[in-house]
This record gives sequence, structure tokens and C-alpha cells, in this order.
Amino acid sequence: MKSGSSLLDAELHKTDPRVKLIAAKLKKENFKPDALIEVLHTAQNVYGHLPLNVLAYISKALSLPPSRVYSTVTFYHFFSLKSKGEHTCLVCTGTACYVKGAQVILNEIESKIGLRPGQVSADNQLGIQVARCIGACGLAPAVVLDDEVQGKVTLGEIINKIIDKMAAK
Amino acid sequence: MNRQDLKTIIYAEKAKVENNKYKHKIGVCCGAGCISSGSEEVLKKLQEEVTTRGLDHDVEIIPTGCMGPCNQGPLMKYLPDHTIYQKVDCSNIAAIVQSQIIDKKPIEHLLLFADTREKPFRDAREDPFFKSQLKIVLRNCGQLNPERIEDFLVHDGYQALDKTLCEMSPEDVIAEIKHSRLRGRGGAGYPTGLKWETVYKYVNDQKYVICNGDEGDPGAFMDRSVLEGNPHRVLEGMAIAGYAIGATKGYAYIRGEYPLAIKRFETAIKQARKMGLLGTDILGSNFSFDVEVRIGAGAFVCGEETALIASIEGKRGTPRPRPPFPAEFGLWGKPTLINNVETFASISPIIINGGEWYSEIGTPKSAGTKVFALAGKINYSGLIEVPMGTSLREIVFDIGGGMQGGGEFKAAQTGGPSGGCIPAGHLDVKMDYEALTNLGSIMGSGGLIIMDQTSDMVDVARFFMEFCMDESCGKCLPCRVGTKMMCDLLQKICDNRATQIDLDRLEELAIYVKETSLCGLGGSAPNPLLSTLRHFRNEYQNRLIRHEQKDQIEVPSNIQV
Ligand SMILES: Cc1cc2nc3c(=O)[nH]c(=O)nc-3n(C[C@H](O)[C@H](O)[C@H](O)COP(=O)(O)O)c2cc1C
Ligand code: SF4
Ligand code: FES
Ligand code: FES
Repeated sequence: MKSGSSLLDAELHKTDPRVKLIAAKLKKENFKPDALIEVLHTAQNVYGHLPLNVLAYISKALSLPPSRVYSTVTFYHFFSLKSKGEHTCLVCTGTACYVKGAQVILNEIESKIGLRPGQVSADNQLGIQVARCIGACGLAPAVVLDDEVQGKVTLGEIINKIIDKMAAK
Repeated sequence: MNRQDLKTIIYAEKAKVENNKYKHKIGVCCGAGCISSGSEEVLKKLQEEVTTRGLDHDVEIIPTGCMGPCNQGPLMKYLPDHTIYQKVDCSNIAAIVQSQIIDKKPIEHLLLFADTREKPFRDAREDPFFKSQLKIVLRNCGQLNPERIEDFLVHDGYQALDKTLCEMSPEDVIAEIKHSRLRGRGGAGYPTGLKWETVYKYVNDQKYVICNGDEGDPGAFMDRSVLEGNPHRVLEGMAIAGYAIGATKGYAYIRGEYPLAIKRFETAIKQARKMGLLGTDILGSNFSFDVEVRIGAGAFVCGEETALIASIEGKRGTPRPRPPFPAEFGLWGKPTLINNVETFASISPIIINGGEWYSEIGTPKSAGTKVFALAGKINYSGLIEVPMGTSLREIVFDIGGGMQGGGEFKAAQTGGPSGGCIPAGHLDVKMDYEALTNLGSIMGSGGLIIMDQTSDMVDVARFFMEFCMDESCGKCLPCRVGTKMMCDLLQKICDNRATQIDLDRLEELAIYVKETSLCGLGGSAPNPLLSTLRHFRNEYQNRLIRHEQKDQIEVPSNIQV
């Protein structure tokens, strides 16, 4: 993706397989404006986040003002305008995990790895996120490392796993 | 497919079961909890082991939904004996197969709760964890394969739909639900039959049914487990509702954080369509109904019905003033019925067994059973279902096996960010809608978090307030600004920087926000604060700076006094 993309720049490479996936979804939804959230889900899945020019492309395809698309994206936690990093570590901060020390895990990550929730490492290898309950409360505290749920997490073990992920590339 | 075809399929499937092709059945829990403990590898390994021993024709392996005691996972259940093995590891599968299937005796030290009970039970149904429960919503969850519609059909699946379509009028269905005294399980406890009747009475060419699977309470996973463990049950409930109110289209709004629930529910829809249990002219009755999934995008407020509708319409999920209620003006302006996942899952048993049967379970004002997600500082956390009116003590000490690490019970939190705390003095409270409201908490959707003496109640209030502040949609001022101010004041108390004046102001603000917010999020955001104040005021008081200490506070240099 070229840098400095903007909400007014809807040009995307039509041959980019990612663009094709979005185009297919748009077609499946019949270019109906009320399919906006569905299309955004697809776009975020293929790109990992939502670059501005992709939003511009979607807004044009669905005949929606860019402001409507942008405001919808920023309303929902699920959508992100920035890259979340090659690897992601998502710490659950729901009630069950809070009671079982989620904050201690976040503090440990900050002190050992130097990243706070929402931050991505300088080399884009690792991003730290938080979520309000991932539905594995019986196994609190829970952390999701690259889509894999880790239950009953202990401090030393999770830090090692994160360091391994970053090293593995 | 017509009614007769369905019967033929069910007979054929039942015959297969009765002819007992398999001598043994082993269920492996593939609920989200057990999957994260590694149950998928266990399933694979078990399959290999059975094949290697040439037992393929004797042993049926069933990947099931959540069995209940999630933190003991991965779980494996041997049927027909109901022997459950806990914390199953690939390395002990060979031994279990040898002992249980070949030698026909269980391995005692691997049984469920073997590490914490003096004598574990060979038949898990005898264990206090299960014995005190009554499973209606969760009846087949943990027993059947949620990805096979045939399994559901054998367990009376779609029988209730068949009965409604062929033997009952919409008015009959509504009367039966009213008679059952079922109340909505999404939090507010509104009588379901009454809601159905209201939507039924609005005349319109198009109406909608929406299943609320947004499960926003952070610390709850009931709806998730039902959607993952028995998706067809929810689908059947939605179709019956469609018939009763006169809708032909349904939407299931499922949280984006639950990919497995989404996948299994979509599979269920496809299978039901293929069998003609969704689509046009269902079971030859002229009734048409279809369901689509909408994936939530991570906003707690979208659990609120008008916000949820906006979200399905592809917009920002902000609530709007009611009336008009969705029953009159809902999705795309049409009359819309919104119910919770668990509410829909309670429908088929009511239709099959009758409203009378259901109304006799539970307490006079709260009929039936409630599913709770039990978590926190408790020995056996997991998914449970008990009759309304079961005491908190029974849930914590009999079912939950008492406090973890011998801790002391301090409080139970119910209703998540909209609810409150029940202190130790009220352990004998009979859990139903009224009793919890009287204690200043709410039933909520069923999250039940147990806290011990290490939990700081002021920090708990701050935690929930911070959640509401983050999740406020910002549409109305009392909630947008009020939650931020209350959160700052609570932080000040937590940091031992507050005075009595701050506490007074906090209480005053709480009442204002509660009374003037547009939707339930702001309206109930002060609840955890007010409830902890009611039961644990001394924890707040102890943190305040007394007047004579005031001069000793260090004031940061950047603040002008
Ligand atoms: C802020 C807020 C969040 C809510 N979250 C949920 C939820 O996650 N799940 C749910 O079923 N109902 C939720 N509700 C309640 C719904 O608005 C609605 O009352 C419910 O889905 C109706 O279904 P029922 O009658 O079956 O309970 C929420 C309400 C508010 C105000
Ligand atoms: S109370 Fe809060 S969440 Fe509800 S409409 Fe107002 S600002 Fe939005
Ligand atoms: S609170 Fe962390 S998984 Fe539910
Ligand atoms: S997920 Fe296996 S018991 Fe709950």
C-alpha cells in the first residue's frame, strides 16, 4: 500500500488479490449501502486493518459519503485504521480476567517488552491490544496470541511465549 | 419437505441409534473453553487411537459443545455411563481407551474433580456440580454434535417447530408462551409472551425477528456456549417466533469476538435450509422463514435494542429514544421482535412440554431456569443452569466447589457493568429477578463473578465505570460526560486523593446520570458504584483524606492550588 493514502483517493490496483476479495463481497451484497459493516469486516480481514484509500474505495462503491464510512469505522472497536502488527497479543480485561489479575499481566508486558495496549513495536512485529471478554472466562486470565487462546495464563510463561513469537517472525 | 418427510428422517436416524451401530460413545468437549485448553488435539489423538486399535465400528466419537466445568478442560465424556475425564492430555488417551473400553473400568485419578474431591464420581451426574443443576436450555449442549443437524433431530430437534406449524395457530403459540411466564433473558426480564403479542398485533406486510447474541457483559459466556453447543435450538426458537408474530425474516446478531459461534450458527442455517426447515413453505405449512447472521463489530452499546437495529442497518450503533419501541418501529421501520439467545433457546421445550410445566419451575415471579457463567475466585468455574430461586450459597459452595485457595467469599457480582454486588451477608438470597433488584443489583444476562477478600470494591466500581466510559456512545451528555467525571472521581478515591466532598459529589452525580441518560447504558452505569457504596461504604470512607490531613498532601508542582 502506498503511504499517505487519503479518504479521497479511491484508486486501488484492480489486480491486487485483496481488492478482488473486497470487490467480490461488494458484488455479493449488491452494492447496498446497508452492507457497509459487512464489507468493512471483509476488508479488515484481508488487510489486517483499514487503510484510508480502501475506505475511499468502499465509500464510492456503496455510494456513501466518506464521512459516513469514516465515522462508522471509528465507532466500532473491531475496526482499526492502523496496522495491528505482524503478531498480536490481546489481553482480556473483562471482569473475570480483571479479578484474576489481567492488569498485572499488562504491567509485566509493559515492563518486560515496553509496549502498552494499543501500541505496536517499532519494527511492526508485535502489537498489544486489550479486549473486554473473549468468552473464555472459565479459564481466566486469558490472552490471545495470534488467534490462539491461552487460558489460565501465568506471568513468566506468557512473556516467554510473546518473546518467542517476536523472534520467530 | 413436508411433515411426513421430517418424520421419516427422524425415524431413520433414531433407528440408527437404536440399532446401536456403536457400542460405545465418547464425547470430546469442543466448546471454546476446552478448545483453548487443547481439546482439538485430544479429539484427533482419540480418533487415531480408536482407528489403530481397529475399534472404528464400535466407538463413536462426538465433538460436543460445552459440558459445563470449563476450567477442568479438556473434557472427555464416556457414554452411556456419563463418566467424565478431566484435563485430558494426548499422553493419557491410550490408557483411557484401554481401561474404559477394553477393560471396562474407569481410571479413577483422571476422573472429573479427581484432584479436588476425596472420591470422584464415576457417573458425573451424581457429582454436586451437576446434581444441583436443572438443564433445560443446556439440555443437549455437551451431548450432541452441534455441527450435525441429524444429532439434533434425534434429540427431538425441530419437533416443536413441527408442532407449532401443523397443530397450533399463532395465537395458540403466544398463549402458550404467556402461560409459561417466561421472561426475557437479555437482562431486563420483560415477559416474552407479552412482547410477542405486541409485535403480533401490529399489522404490516413485513416484520422481523432479531436474536440478540451481542453478549456485551464482559465476563459472561452463556449465549456464546448456547450458540456453539446447540445452534439449532436457537434457530428453531426464532422460526417459532417468526410464525407466532407473522415475520418471514430473521437476523442473528452475534458478537464479532465469537468466531466459532458465528461459524456453527452459519452451518446450522445452511443445514436447516437444506432440509427445508428454513426457507419457503416449511413442512408444507405455507409458512416461510429465513435467517441471516450479522456480525457485531465490538461495541457494548449495540446490545441495546435500538442500537443493535442501527448496526444491522449498517450504521453507527447509537440508541434512539423509545417510544416508538422496536415492536412498532424496528428494523427498517418495520415491527420487530428482539429477544436474547437464551430466551429463544427456551422456546422449544415450552412448546413441547407446555407452558404449565415451565411455569411450575422456579419462583412465582420468575419462572424457569437461568444459565449462569460462573467465574472468578471459585474452584469450579464454568457454565451452569439452575432453577430460578436457587440460593447464591448453593451456587458458590455446592456447584462451584467453594472459594479458590481457601479464600473468603466477599461478594458476587451480577449483571456486569449494569449490575451490582451481593455481599457475604446475603449469601442465602434466592436468585431471581426481584430478589436481586431488591439488593440493588440485577439479574442481567447471567454473568456471575465471585470475588474474595483480595478484591478492592472501590477499584471494582472504578473498573466498571471505566468500562461504561469507554463504551458510552456519546450521544447524550449525562452519560458521555457523567461517566468520565465519575471515573475520574473514583480514580481519585482509589489514589487516596479524595475528600468527603468528592464522595458526596460522586453520589449526587450518580443519581443525575442514572435518571437523565437516554439509554440503559448510561441509565445503569452508576449501578456498580451505588451498589458497592451500599454494601461496602466503609471501603470508600477509609480512603478519604480527613480534614486535618489536608495540609499534608503533596500537590504536584503543575497544579495551582
Ligand atoms: C447497554 C445495553 C446492553 C445490552 N446488552 C445486551 C446483550 O448483550 N444481550 C442481550 O440479549 N440483551 C442486551 N440488552 C438488552 C436488550 O436491549 C433487549 O432488552 C433484549 O435483547 C431483549 O431480549 P429479551 O426480552 O429476550 O431479554 C442490553 C441493553 C442495554 C441497555
Ligand atoms: S446513555 Fe450513553 S450509550 Fe446511551 S445513548 Fe446516551 S451516551 Fe449513548
Ligand atoms: S473476562 Fe476474560 S475471557 Fe471473559
Ligand atoms: S468448554 Fe468444555 S466444558 Fe465448557
